[in-house]
Amino acid sequence: MSYQFDFIPVVQNTDLLLRGALFTLELTAIGAVLGVGLGIVGALVRAWNIRPFSAIFGVYVELIRNTPFLVQLFFIFFGLPSLGVQISEWQAAVLAMVINLGAYSTEIIRAGIQAIPRGQLEAAAALAMSRFEAFRHVVLLPALGKVWPALSSQIIIVMLGSAVCSQIATEELSFAANFIQSRNFRAFETYALTTLLYLCMALLIRQLLNWIGRRYIARSSQ
Amino acid sequence: MAQRYSALLALLFASLMLSQAPAHADGLEDVVKRGVLKVAVPQDFPPFGSVGPDMKPRGLDVDTARLLADQLKVKLELTPVNSTNRIPFLTTGKVDLVISSLGKNPEREKVIDFSSAYAPFYLAVFGPPDADIKGLDDLKGKTISVTRGAIEDIELSKVAPEGATIKRFEDNNSTIAAYLAGQVDLIASGNVVMVAISERNPKRVPALKVKLKDSPVYVGVNKNEPALLDKVNQILATAKTDGALEKNARTWLKEPLPADL
Repeated sequence: MSYQFDFIPVVQNTDLLLRGALFTLELTAIGAVLGVGLGIVGALVRAWNIRPFSAIFGVYVELIRNTPFLVQLFFIFFGLPSLGVQISEWQAAVLAMVINLGAYSTEIIRAGIQAIPRGQLEAAAALAMSRFEAFRHVVLLPALGKVWPALSSQIIIVMLGSAVCSQIATEELSFAANFIQSRNFRAFETYALTTLLYLCMALLIRQLLNWIGRRYIARSSQ
Repeated sequence: MAQRYSALLALLFASLMLSQAPAHADGLEDVVKRGVLKVAVPQDFPPFGSVGPDMKPRGLDVDTARLLADQLKVKLELTPVNSTNRIPFLTTGKVDLVISSLGKNPEREKVIDFSSAYAPFYLAVFGPPDADIKGLDDLKGKTISVTRGAIEDIELSKVAPEGATIKRFEDNNSTIAAYLAGQVDLIASGNVVMVAISERNPKRVPALKVKLKDSPVYVGVNKNEPALLDKVNQILATAKTDGALEKNARTWLKEPLPADL
């Protein structure tokens, strides 16, 4: 093999990679919180068939789940300005991630809600719980508890999908990797290090989500 | 029988030798005597050379070749070439001149001679015509899109002042789309790309703001052809003063001929 491995130029740029990784984590954090929030709203609307929002959310979910993330991102970044909406690239990235995660989590959480037996709500009413309390303790948290593994996976998928946002010059980890590689042409070394960073971030986030699940979700659900 | 055969061979050989006439010291004389100017032009690099819908070659280089042939009062014979074979076609005598968006650099100067420049070819920062940007310092506080890894990226990164934000996109199309969508204030690219933009989107034609790297195009002439080189330079100089080069630049590059060409 004639390729000479040379990790030194890449290691010199670790600060760039780490800054990119940090930005990826920031994007993921905001995207996950807002995306799951949107998913909860959507799931409730769909599960309880609140018209006309149920139909609106239905169209939104099918649209997002059946089109590529890259196309959604380009539409937001390149397409919206022609409608007069001016947003920067990281705003477009977060918006795309929220819309994308929102659609998938709507369906995931809806499955969880629909798995709660109706009897639970009736029992809650019988116990004189307010509607809000009933909703929170008897519907939402148990539903989330049921689907938490699927939801965590979806959040990780969206984090890894943030790599696509490098296409609109969002300076996250993949952008940093592409930039370094375009200057020192050490593609193998750069992407090997980047893969390692993504792996570490994904494992870390998965552990964090598991911990949140155990501490806040599963405990309250019964 | 063998004698006739070998005589035939000798005749064939001799005729081949004669047709490969020894290189004249004067390529210009050859052209005039022949009545044909053979020029190598690009075929797949608009606006310098491409094939039109009528399957005829068209472009700035084609028009420049036609100008030279007309001034020499000879017919024009175009040979399509690409970046790899354009100089070999010249040095092996298959063509008299190379007019193929040829830039000058030291390696090439060892092998061929260059005329004076006939059209601009440069990398620069472009922006809206009414934007007040005169130099590198005015880039402060502006966003500039550029294709990651391209020469414009490297040059701009070297000279951009603190406070100028460079947004690097993965490919040329995204860089252009970002500028046209208004996501960035300025775009760093080549003047040829600006022609493509102006054709697709005449409302947002970018104007030159700050030059990054200038590499005008020249006519390539064989070494040791002083008469031909002088004649070509003469014709180009006249074309410059009487506006023919300016007309070419405006038609194909949609911009005036730079004063410092």
